[in-house]
Amino acid sequence: MRRYIKIFSTFARACLVRDMTFRVNFLLECLTSLGWMSMNLAFYLLIFSFTPEIGRGSGWSREPFFAFVATGLIINSIVQTLFMPSASELTEMVRTGGLDSVLVRPLDAQFLLSMHRFDFSSMANGLVGLGLLSWAVLRFPVTPPLIAWLLYPLLIVCGVAILYGLIIMLAAATILMGRNQSLYDFWFYITNFSRYPAEIYAGPWGDPLRSFCTFVIPILLVVNVPAGTLARPLSGESWGMVVLTFAAAGISVGLSRVVFQAALARYRSASS
Amino acid sequence: MSTTVNSESLRTSYGWFSGLRSWWRMLVICLEERLAYRSDFALGTVMRFLPIVTQVFLWTAVFAASSRTDIAGYSRDNIVAYYLLTMVTRAFSSMPSLAGGISRSIRDGSVKKYLIQPIDYIGFLLASRIAHKLVYYIVAILPFAAVLFFCRGYFPPAPDGLTIAAYILSLLLSFLLGFFLEATLGMIAFWFLEVSSIIFAYMLFQYLLSGHMFPIDMLADIPTGITGVSLADVVRLLPFEYTAYFPAAVWLGKITGWELVRGLLIEITWLVIMIGVCRFVWWRGTKRYSGFGG
Repeated sequence: MRRYIKIFSTFARACLVRDMTFRVNFLLECLTSLGWMSMNLAFYLLIFSFTPEIGRGSGWSREPFFAFVATGLIINSIVQTLFMPSASELTEMVRTGGLDSVLVRPLDAQFLLSMHRFDFSSMANGLVGLGLLSWAVLRFPVTPPLIAWLLYPLLIVCGVAILYGLIIMLAAATILMGRNQSLYDFWFYITNFSRYPAEIYAGPWGDPLRSFCTFVIPILLVVNVPAGTLARPLSGESWGMVVLTFAAAGISVGLSRVVFQAALARYRSASS
Repeated sequence: MSTTVNSESLRTSYGWFSGLRSWWRMLVICLEERLAYRSDFALGTVMRFLPIVTQVFLWTAVFAASSRTDIAGYSRDNIVAYYLLTMVTRAFSSMPSLAGGISRSIRDGSVKKYLIQPIDYIGFLLASRIAHKLVYYIVAILPFAAVLFFCRGYFPPAPDGLTIAAYILSLLLSFLLGFFLEATLGMIAFWFLEVSSIIFAYMLFQYLLSGHMFPIDMLADIPTGITGVSLADVVRLLPFEYTAYFPAAVWLGKITGWELVRGLLIEITWLVIMIGVCRFVWWRGTKRYSGFGG
């Protein structure tokens, strides 16, 4: 384990050195990342100029909703910094046979493939997310209890774990399909469901979708549960969702490991 | 060995296009390339519908909570139809990987093969993009038809024949406008080798200002500080709305009569401007480009 931590920190240091070598590009990436986030915030502000809350009686009025958005920013920035740059490289590695050189190394292939490249510019959104969270929480009518603050970072880790599991399973699909340019798109589209409160998925089509995205692909747990823990009082149902999120995180990571190993077992080299 | 390529002398000797046959050959090659990864392509096509689902539920929740029947002239059904129609427009105007591909070919030097061969690079890219779109439409027509049929209740009655003709024209123009906008953007790499951040910034502005994110009419009440000029008025001065908002608004009957004719003329003007800018940037870029080795 210590060996992996050492290698992980070496990768992180090398990527940081690389980013700092192209400082202007790094700065531009931070700015564009912040630009995307600002655009979304502007969109939400526009929405709240038309409505007092999202979903009648849902409780997601402006400040709680911005706490929700902030939570999403924090979780996504962690995933984008640590895992996505490596995963998005996998596509070409499978197609060109570059995966072979990873498989012959005396290290765990999943570790190498999912954590060898980092994008530190994505941390900018996470930092803004923390600022936005502070702004929103200070405007809550009721201060969140201590237990909510204790659970919040743990649930953030669970959210990251669920997304990591999803990325690894998509990476496995890349290996099986030979080329998967849509991997990043698919990840973007599927995580799109987690960008809004689960309460919006209501009605004859919304309810089954909400159940599917909660219990089958637990994408709705990723942001909803940590944000809900802060923004709303912890009731019996909320505790159930907290327990479910912990379970989903464990299952996602475990299942993704099994699927990824199965995909590697079926891998046929593309190189000569 | 090192060579400095002067593309202009070579290119003029062969003319702008190396003939219809070359174009056809390029089209066939690109079709074959696209169809080589069919499952990936089909998956990507189907996935594009997922954000619409979220938007439908989001706006339904917004309308339910606000108790309004109309936002910026759009009912809930209008908004859903608008997002679906912008998807159709983006199927024409979006150019995935075009700007990035051009900048990469300049950065890694692979562009020089187009400079020394009797092939017009912009023509090649256009043929390639037409092939890309043809394959996309072949794959996407069924899911598109299914979704539009399934969501037919959200749409107002079909417009008259003239409006439909204007709509189709605006779609075709949006394809060309999108192509020349992004091709020009990719050629910035002649001056700045690493342009990924610039491309990303462009994508952001494009997403916001084209009406892809929400109808531009929603900005009509946002002041700019200039008396009588709203943010929507400023956005409408740019070419981006023609790559998403304009065709959708035409189909929904938001733009009619002389306003529609004026809109189409402005779109054509922007297209002519962008063709000129693209050619000029290519000409200036290849003047300063130097390829070494290989």
